[in-house]
Amino acid sequence: MSIFEGQGASASGGGKGQVKIMLNGKEREVVDDTTVLGLLNELDIKPQGIAVELNLEIVSKSKYNETVLKDRDKVEIVRMVGGG
Amino acid sequence: MNFTEEQIERYSRHIILPEVGGKGQAKLLNSKVFVLGAGGLGSPALLYLAAAGVGTMGVADGDCVDLSNLQRQIIHDTSKVGLHKALSAQKSIEALNPDVKVVTYKERLNADNIRDIIKNYDVLLDGSDNFPTRYLMNDAAFFEKKTLISGSMFRFDGQVTIFKPHAGHPCYRCLYPEPPPKGLVPSCQEAGVLGALAGVVGVIQAVEAVKELLSIGNTLAGHLLIFDALGMTFRKVKVKRDPECALCSEKATIKKLVVYEEACEIQAAKCGA
Repeated sequence: MSIFEGQGASASGGGKGQVKIMLNGKEREVVDDTTVLGLLNELDIKPQGIAVELNLEIVSKSKYNETVLKDRDKVEIVRMVGGG
Repeated sequence: MNFTEEQIERYSRHIILPEVGGKGQAKLLNSKVFVLGAGGLGSPALLYLAAAGVGTMGVADGDCVDLSNLQRQIIHDTSKVGLHKALSAQKSIEALNPDVKVVTYKERLNADNIRDIIKNYDVLLDGSDNFPTRYLMNDAAFFEKKTLISGSMFRFDGQVTIFKPHAGHPCYRCLYPEPPPKGLVPSCQEAGVLGALAGVVGVIQAVEAVKELLSIGNTLAGHLLIFDALGMTFRKVKVKRDPECALCSEKATIKKLVVYEEACEIQAAKCGA
């Protein structure tokens, strides 16, 4: 049982707890075990055209599905720019 | 290498830096740098590298100077409107520093010519304005084992990094595996950009080029520098090689240059000269 049980776990979390992350400078709660890919799905952001920065390190696209977000993680969605 | 008296005076502020010295300055004068795009990023990068005495500079651009370029493309001026950008840049560089030999490429780079063109240079700078060209340059640099200093910008945002997979660092595809789908990321003429932002990003590329040529300091290889002009923040983040990278990993599937479709209409350049 999560220690966050009863602190407003969302229905989709199936009784899971939540972790607080900083997403592009703003606090956001996600359910336990949310991966980078899960977060992008939740935000309805397609992985093309962006990079995901986790605690000042870019997460390789091949690791999106295995990188689990932890409490107090700092996540930035970096948009690709191509102008010169 | 023997400097002329004029060269000793011209490069004196470099030569007195212990990290550069006469040896480093001589190295710059014997260096060859290729700059893709004589636009917003290429303009300041070319000017500073020319001023620094980089001995040979390749300038590639298929466009001609347009009045709307002059808000940021400071290597060109009003009298150059209508000229090929590569030739206009050459004139400015030669006026700034006669030590620099300029090689111009007025043709658009493509899968057939890019590798032959870049293989003669020590360091490459990407200041191009579209994704297909950026991927072409990245892939060609990988196959030719050349260090690629990449700058890009949009509105108030800039990004700079160095791709150096031949030295264990990531390539463009480790960071962004594929070009964005058409329409997702605005580019080309429809995008506004703060003129002075081009100076910030292009000059950082020039700084990194000099450091790479002289092997001094810590460069942006393995890092992405993200600049937000409105917030006036710089963030430096780590980038690792993607072990699944389609280009530079052991599992690579890309074995030759890939040609992507242009998201924007490319108008054939009809320059006055």
